[in-house]
Amino acid sequence: MLKEGKLFFEIYLHFSLLVDLNNDASLLIDIPDALCERDKVKFTVHTKTTLGTFQKPEFSVSRQHEDFIWLHDTLVETEEYAGLIIPPAPPKPDFESPREKMHKLGEGEASMTKEEYAKMKQELEAEYLAVFKKTVQVHEIFLQRLSSHPVFSKDRNFQIFLEYDQDLSVRRKNAKEMFGGFFKNMVKTADEVLISGTKEVDEFFDQEKTFLLDYFSKIKDATSKAEKMTRSHKNVADDYIHVSATLNTILYIPLSIPLSRHLEKLADLFEKLRKVEGRVASDQELKLTELLRYYMRDIQAAKDLLYRRARALADYENANKALDKARLKSKDVAQAQQHQQQCLQKFDTLSESGKKELTSFKGRRVLAFRKNLIEMAELEIKHAKSNMALLQGCVELLKSN
Amino acid sequence: MTGRGAADSLLPAPSFAPSVIQWRSKMAAERDTPPLGSAAAGLADFREPEDGEDLFVSTASTLESSPSSPEPASLQVEDVSANSNGPKTAEILIDDDQDDLFAEATEEVSLDSPEREPILSDGPSPAITPVTPTALISNRIEPKVIGVPSMFERSLDEVEEEAGGDLFDINISVSDPEKVGDGMNAYMAYKVTTKTSLTIFNQSEFSVKRRFSDFLGLHSKLASKYMHIGYIVPPAPEKSIVGMTKVKVGKEDLSSTEFVEKRRSALERYLMRTVKHPTLIQDPDVIQFLESSELPRAVSTQALSGAGILRMVNKAADAVNKMTIKMNESDAWFEEKQQQFENLDQQLRKLHASVEALVCHRKELSVNTASFARSAAMLGNSEDHTALSRALSQLAEVEEKIDQLHQEQAYADFYLFSELLGDYVRLITAVKGVFDQRMKTWSKWQDAQVMLQKKREAEAKLHLANKPDKLQQAKDEIKEEIEEWEGKVQQGERDFEQISKTIRKEVGRFEKERVKDFKVVIIKYLESLVHTQQQLIKYWEAFLPEAKAIA
Repeated sequence: MLKEGKLFFEIYLHFSLLVDLNNDASLLIDIPDALCERDKVKFTVHTKTTLGTFQKPEFSVSRQHEDFIWLHDTLVETEEYAGLIIPPAPPKPDFESPREKMHKLGEGEASMTKEEYAKMKQELEAEYLAVFKKTVQVHEIFLQRLSSHPVFSKDRNFQIFLEYDQDLSVRRKNAKEMFGGFFKNMVKTADEVLISGTKEVDEFFDQEKTFLLDYFSKIKDATSKAEKMTRSHKNVADDYIHVSATLNTILYIPLSIPLSRHLEKLADLFEKLRKVEGRVASDQELKLTELLRYYMRDIQAAKDLLYRRARALADYENANKALDKARLKSKDVAQAQQHQQQCLQKFDTLSESGKKELTSFKGRRVLAFRKNLIEMAELEIKHAKSNMALLQGCVELLKSN
Repeated sequence: MTGRGAADSLLPAPSFAPSVIQWRSKMAAERDTPPLGSAAAGLADFREPEDGEDLFVSTASTLESSPSSPEPASLQVEDVSANSNGPKTAEILIDDDQDDLFAEATEEVSLDSPEREPILSDGPSPAITPVTPTALISNRIEPKVIGVPSMFERSLDEVEEEAGGDLFDINISVSDPEKVGDGMNAYMAYKVTTKTSLTIFNQSEFSVKRRFSDFLGLHSKLASKYMHIGYIVPPAPEKSIVGMTKVKVGKEDLSSTEFVEKRRSALERYLMRTVKHPTLIQDPDVIQFLESSELPRAVSTQALSGAGILRMVNKAADAVNKMTIKMNESDAWFEEKQQQFENLDQQLRKLHASVEALVCHRKELSVNTASFARSAAMLGNSEDHTALSRALSQLAEVEEKIDQLHQEQAYADFYLFSELLGDYVRLITAVKGVFDQRMKTWSKWQDAQVMLQKKREAEAKLHLANKPDKLQQAKDEIKEEIEEWEGKVQQGERDFEQISKTIRKEVGRFEKERVKDFKVVIIKYLESLVHTQQQLIKYWEAFLPEAKAIA
């Protein structure tokens, strides 16, 4: 049985979900390794910086997933950032799927040969590793989004996250008590705000709203379909393992020499094919499914920005109404006026920064899609060529006998 | 009924058909269809055909025209009704010896009805039953009848010689499934087309219409004739009440179409395997099946018919017998082979299951890919960046083509790989059955020995007894019985040796055929996989510039 104990490994990540990240030498962040202990993943966050705001030029800390969530939440709760797209929080590390499969494998151990069991275990370990890699990548991307952003990179909590060499759990608890997820809960009902809310006068935002609402539902659907497709691919690869293993078992039966030779070649072929198919499945997952999944979350973050702006607009309109009322009653007019001005200003700032963010977001998205789609196509071609070479080789061998 | 000219093919089967039997000599230059040899020798046991029973039992000869045949004259028997007596038509006989052969063969006729599994229970030597065709061949070459087994064996050699000479040039295709009738009485009729240069057939290319129960009927006959003497008779495709009901009821959905296609393919493979067998292809039932434009319906193959139930009972009885027969295996070859086939059976079933899972998952992959393609198309429509939008639409198209590819691959997975394995599993069962038959033959031999011993003991007792008057009669009786059982013991031994010999040969042939078969199909399957990969490369290479064009 695969011991969950300590999975400790170095990761070279070539994750191109986002492009042009981590280029600015003034603040470079990466997660060079991670530790998996039971259910908890401990990430080593490594920072290299030339900025004077940090105490040291290079340092590392250990962080848990919950620390990332804390950081994300504080950013969301920060008023000044209302006009920015907050990079989506990394999802919780989910080893459920490989763990369940491992359990099933353990139950079925008696019904398969030793070799078959070993191969299936190998596959599962690879899957485990893949999940692990993905979660490390996605946490890293989160930090790199922040570090390459002119505003977020200067965030105080971000700095604490990177630098504070102690456990952050105390801070996390405090934060929960303070905010209690107030803002986040508000955002959850924001769809209604957006859709049934005030009329949008700005054409840009109007278009963006329509686009993002529609795009989100489409990309969510595409993500789940891509997931299913990838899983089917993995199942096919697993079947090849069983076929190869059983063919190998048949070879133990004394058969005619030509037949043995044929079967041997076939068994060998399926063993090689399954490795390629496995790669096809995992590459598809990384380049397609993960791409879609990430941008689904990013689109949600963009929607959140729109919600905040819509709220600010509603606030402004309420302030207007209040001002009119105050004028009518000739009471607290100055106060109402000031409040109205604040709201307007807030709304304008939000709108301005929002526009910039959304525009650059589109550019980012298009580039990422381009890169990943190209890479996926290239990998598919590469794997198909490998498969073909294997298959044709085997056919030649069989024909020549 | 008048006799037919040599050029006529076997009569079609009007209601009178079963009693019409024609005999043709292989002398006739034409390759007539097999007559029922029993006609010539008198049909002592020949019964009136019962409803649905097919009396075209294949005791007839299937003689090929041979350049070596001495007489060009055609020998034709007049149509023989059920009441004909044999010897009158003796003029037809090529050799006098054949009289004897036929006499024995005739007795076997009644055993050939599908209801009765002629498991060595009684009756004349089973070795004779299918001999008629081949026996006549051997007789052609050498008129002297040496003894049944060796003649039998020689004929096998000759058959193979002939077969090798003709290069077994025969190809059968099953096509054009057509629904006939309505409701629960409806059935599918399949067109069976034979293309061959073998001389045992009338023409070189011909078609007939057959329904599924016809195939089952054919197999049933062949099994009852050949299995108990050690021939591996290819098993017929399985019945499927569920599948057929859907078709009858008129469901024109994908699953019914797939079911019909699956069955069509299975029937084709079944026939090909049957005709590739050098002995079976000569069997009159086989020839008639392929050539005759009408076939009496094989009702007794229905699952719930009386015959069907009898079959099940017999099978159960066999299973019990198998457990109680403890054979002293003196032949290591048989012991080894039996073990091998046992193991092979186990592993093949496992492999079959794995491949079935593969088919299932590949189908799922196809469905999920199609689903993703639709989703990607929607995403592309929603995308407001023009170039990306186009690329996503292109991606959707690629995935749609790929889902088709996966579906085609799933068909190949199934029809080439999975069905091949399924066929093998059934074939191995037939092989195991033949080994069981050998055991039964051995058992019968042993039983005869035991009986003989008992009779001898009884005789000894009689000699010691003291009642002279009754004694002589009893002594005579027992002497007769002893002779009878001595004969049975000898026959039993001969049968056992014969079946052992046949099995060895059959297994050898089987193994060779299987290897050839397997290689051919596997290569085809791998080539289907190659094709899929080639297409994938094509599709993705077409997509790449689209992805690069995103700006």
